[in-house]
Amino acid sequence: MTAWLNAHWGLVFRLSGEHMYLALIPVLIGLVIAIPLGWVATQSRVLRATFFYLFGFIYSIPSLALIIVVPVVLGTRILDPINLMVPLAIYTVALMVRSVVDALESVPWHVRAAATAMGFRPLRRFFAVDLPMSIPVLIAGLRVAAVSSISLVSVGALIGLGGLGDLFTEGAQESFIGEIVVGVVASLVLALVTDVVLVLIGRLATPWTRVGS
Amino acid sequence: MIEFQAVTKQYPDGTIAVHELGLTIDAGRITVFVGPSGCGKTTSLRMINRMIDPTGGRILIDGKDIMKSDPPVLRRGIGYVIQQAGLFPHRTVLDNVATVPVLTGQSRRAARSRAAELLEIVGLPAGMASRYPAQLSGGQQQRVGVARALAADPPVLLMDEPFSAVDPIVREGLQEELLRLQAELAKTIVFVTHDIDEAVKLGDKVAVLRTGGVLAQYDPPAALLARPVDDFVASFVGRDRGYRALGFLAAAGLTLGRLSLVELGGTAANAKAALVDGWAVAVDERRRPAGWLNADRLATVDDATAVTEDLLIRGGSLYTVDASAGITAGSLRSALDSALSSPAALGIAVDADGAVLGSVDATDVLGALAKARSSGEIPT
Repeated sequence: MTAWLNAHWGLVFRLSGEHMYLALIPVLIGLVIAIPLGWVATQSRVLRATFFYLFGFIYSIPSLALIIVVPVVLGTRILDPINLMVPLAIYTVALMVRSVVDALESVPWHVRAAATAMGFRPLRRFFAVDLPMSIPVLIAGLRVAAVSSISLVSVGALIGLGGLGDLFTEGAQESFIGEIVVGVVASLVLALVTDVVLVLIGRLATPWTRVGS
Repeated sequence: MIEFQAVTKQYPDGTIAVHELGLTIDAGRITVFVGPSGCGKTTSLRMINRMIDPTGGRILIDGKDIMKSDPPVLRRGIGYVIQQAGLFPHRTVLDNVATVPVLTGQSRRAARSRAAELLEIVGLPAGMASRYPAQLSGGQQQRVGVARALAADPPVLLMDEPFSAVDPIVREGLQEELLRLQAELAKTIVFVTHDIDEAVKLGDKVAVLRTGGVLAQYDPPAALLARPVDDFVASFVGRDRGYRALGFLAAAGLTLGRLSLVELGGTAANAKAALVDGWAVAVDERRRPAGWLNADRLATVDDATAVTEDLLIRGGSLYTVDASAGITAGSLRSALDSALSSPAALGIAVDADGAVLGSVDATDVLGALAKARSSGEIPT
């Protein structure tokens, strides 16, 4: 295994980069879509319940099925990264809508009332008050979404787009367990690093949460 | 001036929060809305800046119907202080205070320098400016809340139970501070509270509302205490209203008696010689009272012993003669309380610096009360 790894560092790095790209761009897009959807969900109890039900259902669709169906629906070519990234973005949205709702609802009512009473218009209040105050809860949700996206990318290997997942399919075809282990470990490292980076971003963006009272 | 003209708020489920409320709020004065929960006092307040819109009637500010203005623009011209301060936890104290000036289009730099001035006005040290609200005590947060509401220099200030979440001692400090600020700024303040004592203390006029949003009485506090219109107001105003009403009567006609003073640090023998009817007041070098001395206490020590704090019997409340020194200063209430709470049955009158002026006898206070009554000073 060590011999294989020594000969293939370049490949592992290239696949890791590809893996991160395939996993995280959809998380980012998913987050941007989930924020307005989550805001809409907080506007009425019915919408909130409907959204939770709907996105819970979407999240339960098997990933392989989604990956196979998306190119058919979108009409994209085989091996187009979109075929994998769209399903991953959908999963992120499904996960994050709930986080966004929880995050927005974590803003204390008196802070929100004070903002309105001071003359913020709704959109400005959202960006100046609600959203920054939501960061801690949002980051918590984003950590789950990012890690689950990183682990899901491997499934893409079955349609030739798996990042480190390629090591699994190749290892399996050649009955070489070492290659699979390298893929698993590298994938875990990526998830761990991403998680740490997100925690750091969260800390940098919320200096007020760490002041002693 | 703010006018409520038959203002009604009815919710879709039929609940009436405010019922045909009609009253005029004087400009430059503090008007308090008070009442039990469910009396519509907060709803009434929030209708002034259109956080809630009425379902009937009109509200005019300086003759202008507020329904004709754009809510965010209207709100920027009305300061708002909420319970628990409602500060933005993610912004520094300075940026919290600068919020409204920035919203109205001032540059961040100008808004911040104005904010720094305001922190000083509300009595917060400049070092607090860069802190986050979580680093401040409840009382300090509330001061920041007041500074933030004043930042754009609005003529009208709405205060929604602003001091209810802080402990009684801090609350009293904040109330004094508000009155001091108001004496300088003369804003039109509408203040909501469920605490009748706070209402009576702060209000130039008090509106008592009953459950269902009906105005029960609208009067200056002295009149409210002297002649509540019905049983509801009488019971809401409370048991000690006769006593509390004394807070609105100046003790100007009260004659002070003499007090025997002993300096701390002198000998017990001198102190014994100074006792009058068995009592004397120990004072510090600036004639500020430290406590009472009596014969029993002094008998426990040697004549040569120095008089120290340990020998003193804790005194009662002090009667500050200068009426500008505080909320109840200079009133018959404060004078009577000093006499009633004193271990020697004599109250201690002090000047604005806290130095002893003389003694207060409860009988004299009641005499002054009788005089005020006969001269028609007490509303009947």
